[in-house]
Amino acid sequence: MASIRKLSLWGGYLLVLLVLPQFFDSILSISIFNQMAIAIVFALSYNMLLGQGGMLSFGHAVYFGLGGFLAVHTLILIEFETLYFSIVFIPLVGGIFGLLAAIFIGSFSTRKAGTVFAMISLGIGELIAASSLIFVSFFGGEAGVSGDRTFGPLFFGVDFAQDLQIYYLAAIWVFIATVFMYLFTQTPAGRMANAVRDNPERAEFIGYSARRVRFISFCASGLFAGIAGGLFALNYEFITEENLNAATSGRVLLMAYIGGLGYFIGPIIGAVLLTLMNSLLSNYSDLWLLYLGVLFLLTVMFLPKGFAGLIMMHQVAWLRGTLRRLALPYLITGIPAFIFILASVAMIELSHTDGEVFHYLGVSLERGSSMDWILVGGIAIAAFLATRKSLQQLKDAWEDANTLPGDEES
Amino acid sequence: MLEVFIFATLNGVVTGLLLFMLASGLTLIFSMMGVLNFAHASFYMLGAYFAYSISLTMGFWLGLIFAPLIVGVIGAMVERYGLRRVHKSGHVAELVFTFGAAFLIEESIQFFWGPDTKNYQSPDILDFPLFILFGQEFSAYRGFMILISMSIFIVLFRVLTRSRIGIIIQAAITHPHTVSNLGHNVPLIFMGVFGVGTALAGLAGVIAGPVLTTFPGMAVVLGSIVFVIVVIGGLGSLAGAFIASLLIGLLQSYAIASNVGMPDLLNLLGVSFARDHPLNDLWTVTLPQIAPILPFLLLVLVLIFRPTGLLGKREE
Repeated sequence: MASIRKLSLWGGYLLVLLVLPQFFDSILSISIFNQMAIAIVFALSYNMLLGQGGMLSFGHAVYFGLGGFLAVHTLILIEFETLYFSIVFIPLVGGIFGLLAAIFIGSFSTRKAGTVFAMISLGIGELIAASSLIFVSFFGGEAGVSGDRTFGPLFFGVDFAQDLQIYYLAAIWVFIATVFMYLFTQTPAGRMANAVRDNPERAEFIGYSARRVRFISFCASGLFAGIAGGLFALNYEFITEENLNAATSGRVLLMAYIGGLGYFIGPIIGAVLLTLMNSLLSNYSDLWLLYLGVLFLLTVMFLPKGFAGLIMMHQVAWLRGTLRRLALPYLITGIPAFIFILASVAMIELSHTDGEVFHYLGVSLERGSSMDWILVGGIAIAAFLATRKSLQQLKDAWEDANTLPGDEES
Repeated sequence: MLEVFIFATLNGVVTGLLLFMLASGLTLIFSMMGVLNFAHASFYMLGAYFAYSISLTMGFWLGLIFAPLIVGVIGAMVERYGLRRVHKSGHVAELVFTFGAAFLIEESIQFFWGPDTKNYQSPDILDFPLFILFGQEFSAYRGFMILISMSIFIVLFRVLTRSRIGIIIQAAITHPHTVSNLGHNVPLIFMGVFGVGTALAGLAGVIAGPVLTTFPGMAVVLGSIVFVIVVIGGLGSLAGAFIASLLIGLLQSYAIASNVGMPDLLNLLGVSFARDHPLNDLWTVTLPQIAPILPFLLLVLVLIFRPTGLLGKREE
């Protein structure tokens, strides 16, 4: 019974991956889907470290980037007919190189978890990012290296010249990678990774070497990060030093954390959310990184388990069939909160707009007009106060939905 | 040769002492709360920007006084309303929080001050050569930087080891519950230390801004180096941070000033490679080229062979 449900869940996942381009078939959406595919594999591989293994890494982009660089070099070799195989296996090339890098670096960095591990990962990340600018023949300096994915033998007649074809290839790889990463969590190695994360001392008493367990997780994580790097290489056909530096490492941390570290699907949610924000918001506003920063801090402060945790919080109410009772209270709090966000964004954008007039949600706001400022500011303050006042009723409704009538007496 | 050496030493000392002002606050905060504050260099950047804005209307010296105070207050607020809230979710959450704070501070600075470099100038009074050696000038402002950071080190060391409040702080590091039972307000001490630590970072920003240029990337440039210092010196050790700061400052300064490289070493060994050798980049690399990665190389080596750092005591 449970296994049927699980299988249908995986089937649904594959189906969504495959039919998405049928509904959104513009060039922009295909390119967003490709970015999502890369981000999902990368973020899931990061969660193997931090979420499941308790290893906070500030240099995970190293494995992504090194995998990607080797993938591009392989593309070049295929182009010049030094190698002869289909480009559909390029992500695996990236993965193997990511794995090799992880075996080498993990052999000394996984000795300890915690701060020592975090600092080593930071040091290695900076080291490799800086070296990539020195060793120009492999990393291509600031310009990076580029290849062409249309060479090599055709794969069942497909030449992968179009982004849509790459999407289907990426979707298959994402599915395979997700399945294997999920299966890894079910293996003894994956289970012990959780144990070592929670209490390395106890795990050692049972007879497991905490270091060895961490090393295995680390290598697996490097493998999948490399696969993500290979997908990146296939999609963009170039890769630069930027893809293995600290900014990329930071972005994957953001994705995994906002999505939710404690849950397998957390990083998927985070990857989808951040890619969407990245591609859609950056069209509308130069300040989207500011909003992203605010979102990230608020998530850390108020949703320590991320968006996946927020969803899972409703499991009890769902199972008890009391979820419906929460709908109205959510609306009562949500509407003023939404208005508050809109008004705040209006003020931030208004103070930063280049022209005198700022068009926003069908309204034209004037930068010089104090009336407009007072109006928007007033709306923001009123909405904020209303949100705060409505929190109590939401809290009451939450208590109500999560306690059965019998619970109170006991 | 001698002049190069002397000037490299002087520059190394200036950089090292500047790094120490950042590292001292970071290591204090770490020893109290067990949190490596990723946003520390961002407070340094805030200091430079506030001082720049103040200096436009009221001059450099008022900026020197007020900018660190403002930064310290902001730091204390971040601890009180942000970090303390996250504390219950564990160390990883705290680290991630400071990481996010660093991100947000950088974006906010771009929002308020714009992405371009600010023309933040050192005061005219200090605009003369302090001494001239081998025909090269050593500016009075650099002497002033040495003076400020040396006095900070002495004051900080005396306060922490000789004063009553310093003894309470030291006790709160190792035995927070006992200190709390004795009637001291430990959360307030934490907030105070965080505020003072960030104010020190702000002060470093104020005096470094004119020399190292004030731009939105200045936190990233120094941020990870400061981490390197704190880890190499030994987490939580003030003296270790001092030694490591000077070590890194001098190391980088000598590496940049030197003009030796792999070709010299190969010549010495009597080996040579063709220009089209696949590892040509490696055989032609010079010491100034790899100066930026030396601190990180040192960090990795220290962490592998002596995870407690030079003077650190505890190992997590």
